[in-house]
Amino acid sequence: MSAVSAFLLRRRGRGWHWTDVVTWIWLISGVILMFGPAVWLVFSSFKTPAALAEFPPSFLPYVTEQAVVPGYDKPLPLYNVAMPDGSTRVLAEVRRIGIIGQMVDPKQPGEIVKANIKDRTPVRQVEFAGGNYTEPFQRFDFFLFLRNSVFVTVVATAITLLVNSMAAFALSKYQFPGRTAVMLMILATLMVPLSVIVVPLYSVIGTLNLFDSLWGVILPTVATPTGVFLLRQYMLTIPDELLDAARMDKASEWQIYWRIILPLSAPALAVLAIFSVVWRWNDFLWPLIVLSRKELYTLQVGLNVYAGELNVQWHYILAMTVVSMIPVVLIFVFLQRFITTGIAGSGLK
Amino acid sequence: MTAKTASSEPSARTGLRQALLAPVRLVMGLVDIPMRGWQKLTGLNGMAGVFLAPNMLIFTVFVLLPLVINFIYSTTSGSAIFLQNRTYVGADQYRILFDCGSYLDPSTCAADTFWAAVRNTAVFVVFQVTVMLIAALATALILNRELSNRGFWRAVFFFPVLLSPVVVGLIWKWILQREGLLNYALSPFGFEPFSWLSDRFWAFFFAVFVSVWAHMGFYALILLAGLQAIPRDLYEAAAMDSARPTRIFRRITLPLLMPNLIVVLVLALIRAVQIFDEVFVLTGGGPGTSTMYITQYIYETGFASSLRNPGLASAASILMGIVLVILTLVQLGVSNRNEKKGARQ
Amino acid sequence: MTRMKSIGAAFAAVLLSSVAAHAGDVRIMWYSDGGEGEVIKDLLSRFSKANPDVNVILDEVSYDVVKEQLPVQLEAGQGPDIARVTNLKAPAQHWLDLRPLLADAKYWDDNFGAQADWMRPDGSNAITGFMTQLTLTGGFVNKTLFEQAGVEIPGPKATWDDWAAAAKKVADSQKVFAMAIDRSGHRVSGPNISYGANYIAADGKPAPIDQGAKDFLSRFVKWNEDGTINKDVWVSAAGTTYRSAAEDFINGGLAYLYSGSWQVSGFAQKIGDNFDWVMAGSPCGSVACSGMQGGAGLVAVKYTKNPKDVAKVMDYLAGADVQKEFAERSLFIPAHKGVAAGQMDFKTDNPHVQAALKAFVEAAGQTAAPAMKLPGWKWSDAYYSAIVARISQVIAGEMKLDDAYARIDEDIKAKVAGN
Repeated sequence: MSAVSAFLLRRRGRGWHWTDVVTWIWLISGVILMFGPAVWLVFSSFKTPAALAEFPPSFLPYVTEQAVVPGYDKPLPLYNVAMPDGSTRVLAEVRRIGIIGQMVDPKQPGEIVKANIKDRTPVRQVEFAGGNYTEPFQRFDFFLFLRNSVFVTVVATAITLLVNSMAAFALSKYQFPGRTAVMLMILATLMVPLSVIVVPLYSVIGTLNLFDSLWGVILPTVATPTGVFLLRQYMLTIPDELLDAARMDKASEWQIYWRIILPLSAPALAVLAIFSVVWRWNDFLWPLIVLSRKELYTLQVGLNVYAGELNVQWHYILAMTVVSMIPVVLIFVFLQRFITTGIAGSGLK
Repeated sequence: MTAKTASSEPSARTGLRQALLAPVRLVMGLVDIPMRGWQKLTGLNGMAGVFLAPNMLIFTVFVLLPLVINFIYSTTSGSAIFLQNRTYVGADQYRILFDCGSYLDPSTCAADTFWAAVRNTAVFVVFQVTVMLIAALATALILNRELSNRGFWRAVFFFPVLLSPVVVGLIWKWILQREGLLNYALSPFGFEPFSWLSDRFWAFFFAVFVSVWAHMGFYALILLAGLQAIPRDLYEAAAMDSARPTRIFRRITLPLLMPNLIVVLVLALIRAVQIFDEVFVLTGGGPGTSTMYITQYIYETGFASSLRNPGLASAASILMGIVLVILTLVQLGVSNRNEKKGARQ
Repeated sequence: MTRMKSIGAAFAAVLLSSVAAHAGDVRIMWYSDGGEGEVIKDLLSRFSKANPDVNVILDEVSYDVVKEQLPVQLEAGQGPDIARVTNLKAPAQHWLDLRPLLADAKYWDDNFGAQADWMRPDGSNAITGFMTQLTLTGGFVNKTLFEQAGVEIPGPKATWDDWAAAAKKVADSQKVFAMAIDRSGHRVSGPNISYGANYIAADGKPAPIDQGAKDFLSRFVKWNEDGTINKDVWVSAAGTTYRSAAEDFINGGLAYLYSGSWQVSGFAQKIGDNFDWVMAGSPCGSVACSGMQGGAGLVAVKYTKNPKDVAKVMDYLAGADVQKEFAERSLFIPAHKGVAAGQMDFKTDNPHVQAALKAFVEAAGQTAAPAMKLPGWKWSDAYYSAIVARISQVIAGEMKLDDAYARIDEDIKAKVAGN
């Protein structure tokens, strides 16, 4: 610990400065605030519905123990019952009528003991309800949703990379009349969110017969202005001499594009790919509007559908929310430096 | 920043890369043939058009066309979706939108929900962008320090950016509900369980809080990049002069960071005006309409409400688009001026 | 390499499935209140076995999708082939007339004719579908809580004020919520009518909101403000979004829930024997003790590409034995006249369910005349929507009640004018 603090305080050279205190408070609060809810989510996703409904909530997932009692076909839940003489016995509940529970001692199943429901608390143990994760795949269509999300994400990203890089190449390495106009137009769409055009876009999609199809979800999203600008900024740094040299070698423009420009833009492409994957994976409003067949739902739409109202099965919702976070977290853990260096390097200056 | 990464990869992987790229190379080679032909036709600069075409095609069909249609849409009424089935009413929808006793008081307006949404959005933008900038700047300053495991700390603050808005909304809704974690955490201090999202002030507070929570890391990273571009020797010189941290901040950091701050301000502003997904999942626009912002108004009026009115939604969305354009142009103008000033320094 | 192949196959599968549906498909958009999703799936699988040429696909969606997305799809000429819908009358122009396609139209007229007007445009004699169940709005009482509080459950002639007072006593004693009503204009319409409201003007257009409705709504707002009613339910969303208040009741945290008979099946599953609950009809207003009749209807959509197959599926589902089995297993009150008149053997050993269903059937006789007209009235949905949107703003403190009344009238007028 002292080595760490020595390292940390190296620049200060003299004990704790108020900026160090603020720093540490900020960092610790950051961990609690940023990671805390996600950790809470993961732990809650392993709880049974009964455990989720209780308040105050417990951190770990608990499940009421059950015992098989001879003479009864189904396992019975176990309770700690406060007996009138002050002792506590572990009894299994046969049934509850009104405010009185009929309990039976698992070891002496013959006699029925009546206990007020106020005097009993369930016997609990920690148990991770893994079923929350497997059941939605088996019983519901979460595997379909997952597949659709993967399809949309991969295809959209591929198209985005191709189409945006071509446009960025044109905008960075060519002079032509109307170039500024085109750039302004693309910039303008940064200011026009989906919600502004969603109603007429819906009718356009309908006219193109792309309703209720994954292509209707993919196509409107691929001409991203952010992508074009990101790549353009980066391509501006590619020296024109390379292109001129290639042209003198009789390379076609297409070859220049895909042999010189693309490989040299790889870091920016990687950044855009990561952004595109995250954006498409997390898209919600547009797939919600376009898709009506359930087998085409993406994961986010599927989540929202199941988080409806009366049929709210929070344990499944939470588990599937965690599942939907996994690719994003993976990208985050392994590709984080791409993102951060990408944002830094590709010229958002 | 070096562009080539191939040379630093282990050789075992290059074999796989070659195998994966082979079909791609083939396709690209085939495409080259018509491309050359096209190039002969149009000349060098004409090829720009070819490269631009796919992007612009998609852009025209799926962004520009709906934008244009939107203008026409806003002059129609009826509940039909396709333009040809709607009835033309001229500027009627705009008249309804602007029919107000006093613009500052939504309850005197015909389209009171619209003006309530506008007012809510204005208030939200002011608070959220301010909080966002301060939080992002503070985080960037702290992350810029010499910390061990800086990557980990960066990850901590960037993590929520990657979550989908549905997930963000659900997580916080879960925490803020009456039987949720927040009430549980406050109960040892004697607070009764409180339904946070059913109170107008707290719903707004948490709308701001949750959206800052979800996006702050992104802006912090941009600012961090800007901070790291500031030459170290400036700081060292200041340290030798025993300058206080606040002085360093005001005289060195802030001016040199200004371009990045402007960028962040523009982005945050544009995003804040368009806020929808996470707030919608979190509060549904409630209580009443106190967290209904303009995007949700458009969504409800155009799609979701049983009293839907696509023409009115369209008109509202045009107005919102105009505001966004004005905002952006103003900010770009300011940033242009600042850049020129900075360049002169 | 095999992994690449399987990935490729999966992609191909998605590409193929993303192409539009083909002939022979009958797609049903279905939402469930309780366990009826399993039942209909089972019944449809039997149909599929007997009719292998018709591919029936059951899309189970949440109620929000049916309420919010389906109307937009219908406006665009899209949508499923068959849909289970509660808002039947306003979009009636989108339903398909099955009369020429059915095997025996008279059978339909005889058994489903009473509610046929609810799902077809005024003046038409089309057969567009049938009611999957008949529902009645009414109150659910947590008997255990009342017992533990020592408060007597009010009798059948008790008014809303009586119920509010009793529930409040229970709530104070047991530290639970007193009353809750679903966030729905339809739900408060029964009580409005019990206080003398009439939504329909003499010419069939919507009348301005009248004193009867104001009597109940002002009480409703007052109870929200003083805590008798948990205001979270109405305040937790904006606009016309539906929110059910059942969650608190199921968790045993609510003394009195005003909802409807479609909840019974869900309660049977989720409450189990955690506490005793009874159905208690609708509390009385100054004029009546009325709830609202209604239900969800299964209707054929006009834009289907396979009307003949759709008719086949509908004929199968309308059969007396299928109707009986569906109602008995879903714990619904059937709309089929023949089945309803016969002996129903509900598949449950939960004594509360049997009693509740019986109580609902009895309470149906108390429905006031204005309430009977609403399901078949074109502007009902507009009225409900305006009420829920504006009253929730009052409860949230954004608006005064009198302003809300004016706004409700304006909203409805705008809708009638064809916006």
